[in-house]
Amino acid sequence: MSRIHDMGGRLGTGVVDPTDGYDFAEAKDWHKRALALNVACGFLGQWNIDASRHARELLRPEDYMRYSYYEKWMGGLADLMVARGVLTEAELASGQADGISPVAERAAKPGAVTEALMNGSPYTREAAAPQFAVGAKVQTRRPARNVKVPGGHTRLPDYASGAKGEVILQHGAHVFPDSNAHFQGEAAEPLYAVRFSAQDLWGAEADPRDEVVLDLWESYLEPAE
Amino acid sequence: MPHDHDHPHSHLPSDPALRVKALETLLTDKGLVDPAALDEIIDLYQNKIGPQNGAKVVAKMWADPEFHAVMLRDPMPVLRDMGLYGRQGEHMVFVENTEETHNMVVCTLCSCYPWPLLGIPPGWYKSDAYRARAVREPRKVLEEFGLTLPEGQRVRVWDSTAEVRYLVVPQRPAGTEGLSEAALAALITRDSMIGTALAKDAQT
Repeated sequence: MSRIHDMGGRLGTGVVDPTDGYDFAEAKDWHKRALALNVACGFLGQWNIDASRHARELLRPEDYMRYSYYEKWMGGLADLMVARGVLTEAELASGQADGISPVAERAAKPGAVTEALMNGSPYTREAAAPQFAVGAKVQTRRPARNVKVPGGHTRLPDYASGAKGEVILQHGAHVFPDSNAHFQGEAAEPLYAVRFSAQDLWGAEADPRDEVVLDLWESYLEPAE
Repeated sequence: MPHDHDHPHSHLPSDPALRVKALETLLTDKGLVDPAALDEIIDLYQNKIGPQNGAKVVAKMWADPEFHAVMLRDPMPVLRDMGLYGRQGEHMVFVENTEETHNMVVCTLCSCYPWPLLGIPPGWYKSDAYRARAVREPRKVLEEFGLTLPEGQRVRVWDSTAEVRYLVVPQRPAGTEGLSEAALAALITRDSMIGTALAKDAQT
C-alpha cells in the first residue's frame, strides 16, 4: 500500500465537478495567500520541491481527505518549516516569533520575485546516458516504494507498479525525487515517458484502445520482454 | 524531513483562513516573508499568467506549419523567446489530438500543471475524483465534462509524475481556415488544453 496522496485508480471518489473551475483571480483570498506563502517560502532555500511534496504526503490520511487543497499546502508547509528548523513548534503554538530568522535575508523580495519565478528552475542535469531506447519494453518496480528510505517519497504510483510498458520518449536526466526529497542529493537519472495499455493496468473493464503514459525514472524500470 | 509522527501544523487555528493569516503573520514577524512579495506573486498568477498564454501558442501552431513542427520537436527555446517560460513550465511537451488519439492530462500524485501556459489549476483538476478516475475511467470522466469521443478514437492519458509538463493541442475545428491567430486563440479554452474539452466551434 502507498500513501493517501497516491490517488490514481482509487474507487469511490465521486463524480468530477467541471464547474469547480474558477480562475485564480476569483479564488478566495486565503487560497491566494496560501499559494503565495508556499511559493515565497521556497525562496528561503531550506528545502526543495520534492521535499515540499513529501511533506504534504505525510499528512495523516484523515487530514488529507478532510482538508481542502490549500489546507494541505498549509499543513505541509508548517510541518516542513518545523522539520527544517525554520520555525519552532513553540512559535507555531503561540504565534509569537522568537526573533528574526537567520535565513531572513533569503526571503522573496518584492520587485524581484516575478523575475525569479519567470526564470524557472529546471530539473535536467548532466548524468549517465539512458539505458532504454525509444521502443524498449520495460517493467516497473513492484512494490512502488522508495528503495533507500523506507516509507519515503517516490513518484512511481501504486497503480503502475509491476506493469509492463514501452518507452515512447526520452526526457534526458532529471533530478531524482526519491533522493532529493530526503536531502540525499539530486542523484539525477534518465527519465522516460512510458506507455501502458489501459487493460494491463485496469483489466478488462478498460477500453482496449486506451493508454496511460507516465514519466518514470530509470531505476523504477527493468528491461522486459 | 517531517516524520510520520510529527504534525506541528495541528497547532495552527482550525479555520483555514485564520490558519493562513496566523502563519503569514508569524513568518512576517520572523523576517521570512514580505507581504508585498506575496502581493506580487498573487498579481503574477491572477493577472499576467493564464490560459491565454497557452491559447496563443496553440493558435500559432494551427496557423503556422513551421512553428507547429518546432513546438512538437523542441518547444523550450521558442517558449523562452515568447516570454512563456517559468516555474512549473521548464520542461514542456505538446501532445497533439488527432482523429486516432485524444490526449488528456492529469497528476494523480499531486497537482502538477503547466503554470506559465495555463496559470493555476482549476479546482476540479486538483480534486480527488479527477486524480483518481482520469487514469482508470477517462471516458466516464470526459462524459461528466459533456464530451463523448467518436467511436474508434483512442484515449491517451498523461499522468504528470515528473517535472515534465504536458499541454494538449486540440484539433482545429472545421471552418476556421480564414481566421486570424487572435480569432483562433479565442476558440482554445483552458479545458481543451488539458484534454477535457474540444476547441470551440467557430460560430459559437
